[in-house]
Amino acid sequence: MYRETQIINDAATLPSAEGELVINVGPQHPATHGVLHLVITLQGETIQKVEPHLGYIHRSIEKMCESLSYRQFIYVTSRMDYLSAHINNHGCVLCVEKGLQLEIPPRAQVIRVLMDELTRIASHELWWGAMAMDLGAFTPFFYAFRERETINDIMEETCGTRLTMNYMVPGGVMYDLHPNFQKRVKDFIQLFNNKIDEYDDLVTGNIIFQNRTKGVGVLSKEDAISFGCTGPVGRASGVHCDIRKLYPYEVYDNLSFDEIVETAGDSYARYLVRIKELRQSIRIIEQLIDNIPEGDFQAKTKAVLKLPRGEFYSRVETARGELGVFIVSEGATTPYRIKFRSPGFSNLSALDHMSRGSKIGDLMAIMGTLDLVIPDIDR
Amino acid sequence: MFSLEYITDSIQHWLYSTFNPTMALLLECLIIILLVTAFFGVLGLVLVLMERKVAARMQIRLGPNRVGPKGMLQTTADTIKLMMKEGLTPDGADKFLFNLAPFIVMIAAMLVLAPIAFAKGFQIWDINIGVLYVSAVSSVSVIGILMAGWASNNKYSLLGAMRSGAQIVSYELSAGLSIISIVVLSGSLQISEIIASQQTGWWLFRGHIPVIIAFVIFIIAVTAETNRAPFDLAEAESELTAGFHTEYSGMKFALFFLAEYINIFIVCAIGATLFLGGWMPLHIGHWKGFNHIMDYIPSSVWFLGKTFFLIFLIMWFRWTFPRLRVDQLLSLEWKYLLPISMFNLLLVTLIAIMGWHF
Amino acid sequence: MTREELKENIIQYRPNAVFDETGEWLNVFIETADWKSFAQWLRNDVLQMDYLFCLTCIDWSQTAAGKTVLTMVYHFTSTTFRQALVVKVKLDRNNPEIATVSDIWRTAEFHEREVFDLFGVRFLHHPDLRRLVLTDDFDGHPLRKDFEDPVNMIKL
Repeated sequence: MYRETQIINDAATLPSAEGELVINVGPQHPATHGVLHLVITLQGETIQKVEPHLGYIHRSIEKMCESLSYRQFIYVTSRMDYLSAHINNHGCVLCVEKGLQLEIPPRAQVIRVLMDELTRIASHELWWGAMAMDLGAFTPFFYAFRERETINDIMEETCGTRLTMNYMVPGGVMYDLHPNFQKRVKDFIQLFNNKIDEYDDLVTGNIIFQNRTKGVGVLSKEDAISFGCTGPVGRASGVHCDIRKLYPYEVYDNLSFDEIVETAGDSYARYLVRIKELRQSIRIIEQLIDNIPEGDFQAKTKAVLKLPRGEFYSRVETARGELGVFIVSEGATTPYRIKFRSPGFSNLSALDHMSRGSKIGDLMAIMGTLDLVIPDIDR
Repeated sequence: MFSLEYITDSIQHWLYSTFNPTMALLLECLIIILLVTAFFGVLGLVLVLMERKVAARMQIRLGPNRVGPKGMLQTTADTIKLMMKEGLTPDGADKFLFNLAPFIVMIAAMLVLAPIAFAKGFQIWDINIGVLYVSAVSSVSVIGILMAGWASNNKYSLLGAMRSGAQIVSYELSAGLSIISIVVLSGSLQISEIIASQQTGWWLFRGHIPVIIAFVIFIIAVTAETNRAPFDLAEAESELTAGFHTEYSGMKFALFFLAEYINIFIVCAIGATLFLGGWMPLHIGHWKGFNHIMDYIPSSVWFLGKTFFLIFLIMWFRWTFPRLRVDQLLSLEWKYLLPISMFNLLLVTLIAIMGWHF
Repeated sequence: MTREELKENIIQYRPNAVFDETGEWLNVFIETADWKSFAQWLRNDVLQMDYLFCLTCIDWSQTAAGKTVLTMVYHFTSTTFRQALVVKVKLDRNNPEIATVSDIWRTAEFHEREVFDLFGVRFLHHPDLRRLVLTDDFDGHPLRKDFEDPVNMIKL
């Protein structure tokens, strides 16, 4: 019998403590946004324990990458955190470039950062809609998708695809920018600046929303570090963990933007961090869009890449936090061992700690603001 | 002038002149049963379509637009689909209660329809305790919901049913107190008399601020009583998948769905009757001409217009607000709405005794 | 804190520590038996390595160097000093056992379960050592180099 079937049966039949109720949230459940399975123990409506069961979408990407060349494996990682596919690819190419000691043309660097930030906005947009839906408000989802569509169109024009862009190659980007790119991005910025205020009106200021999220799922700074929470989750707890600021890659050290840090550590703080990050991403795009340097969009590389023997580690800030790519090379054309340190995995591990003692409704608020993407966790 | 009262009177007259009184009464009952069932069907279709169109408007999309002109037959098609579906009963369920529950909910919704005045003189049963009857019978539906949740043998259903029970029982208090404030003003429990007392103006306008407060509390409380967002904790889909009707499918699910919309219609009809004058046209003071024009609009249009305005209001809530948490829901009722409405009732009583209303 | 200071601190605590400085960060090799006490020292003493950002394992069985070696790799950094340190612990491939650090860094709980699942390393005193992503009746540890699955694996 499959383990999960066993768990589901056990949950139904096992004698539990007085008044305890064990329920399965997932693998198919509206709030888990994918095939995440949580076994939660309830006392009335109060959560005693949350136990995540992973692996429903485990594809062993790390094993797959061991048999793919250094050019190929990059695109498998789009399927990890599919909402920040572009940034995942970025992490991988950075690691390969670190091994090859490649110099990236300035134009390619700027294009990469622009695409990263657009991806981040798209990802936060989807999170915003989905999180509001978890809390029972359906309409924001459609508002978020309206603007996200614009980004997808921009992506489609330049990269050829809308979700898994596969735009990065070691040494630069795959194609040059589409001639319309600058104009469309500028239009988007203009449109989007008004829309963020609309988001604030619709959700941020709503008294029900604030009551649902303030003081819910509090994660202290020490715990956030100990659980390895990064990205908006870590920053909402007061941890300075923005890789773009701490260990700048590409052109981030020349840009002026703020690392958003809140101190409350509750769901509302996590919400605020992401909403404010939207504005920072716009700020970064505004600085770069008129200053894309001329030149090559790709460095000259050999057809077959071989990394020297050694270990290489690169990290980037995805929309969910710190993505680490760890490549062990034996000097061959394929990586000997590759490890992805995915942000969602560590963030999920804090879920049990955060949700104990809160209500079922709070669990949805916490999961919504953790912004879990299940393929990123299972890999 | 065209009037529904004229039609009902002539039918009644014809029945009593053709058959003996018992037979005539039976035939009348039959006609009413047929009418009410047909009305329920049509109302369900219209309200579901309206909900979908309103939701679509608010969510910058088009909504149903393929089946029939402007998608008007969409809900009919959905109903046919639901009828063709197999009604599953889970293995572990208590089969009798499981199958009974949707009918209890539905019957409770149907019963409340009796004292509602749809137009001038167009009322099924004008009992002298109309308002009391409505508040009493509408709370029967909670039994059906608890039954459905318990009999499903599903933990989500059980949690949903328990939430629903706690919620409906609590919110009935403030809904009841708001209703009482109108009873105090009009001095009667009979629906037709309450409407008649608003001849010179609707209570919402005549009763100063306390009645407006009562109206707001009434709207909040009935939204909660009908399990509508932002108080839809009983079926909170992101928490409990579908709450008490998780295990229902096919026509039994459709009955729950229909009952929800019928309940919305009924509570809005009550709200329109008590606060907005039922079928009474809008009259403003001594503007003879204006009042005369208003009188030309049929009373049924007035009633349905007011009711659908309130229904729209409740749909508006649903597509705007996030859901409350279960403890916040109860604290809202017990800590805020109930004390406010109690105090408000005192004020209304004072107004009624002193005759301060217009 | 610079890399040299980091190294000096470790040498003071462990004079016989073996270093590897070829990579981006300072690597230090620790014996299995010393690991737990070293981890506690890392976390609580001068280095304040409070953030374990990557925990993984490498199977060296296809290389000439280590037919029977698994290496646990821990990446640490300190949120106060921002200096990364890589700790490596060599394990016997046929009987891999190492003390858990999930009580020191809570993120290790899930990461160690993942390593247990995919490499078969047993973490002693781990609170809940079960397979994380694979089914309980799964045979073998897929990230080991000798894992064969003729149905689902395609040789390129």
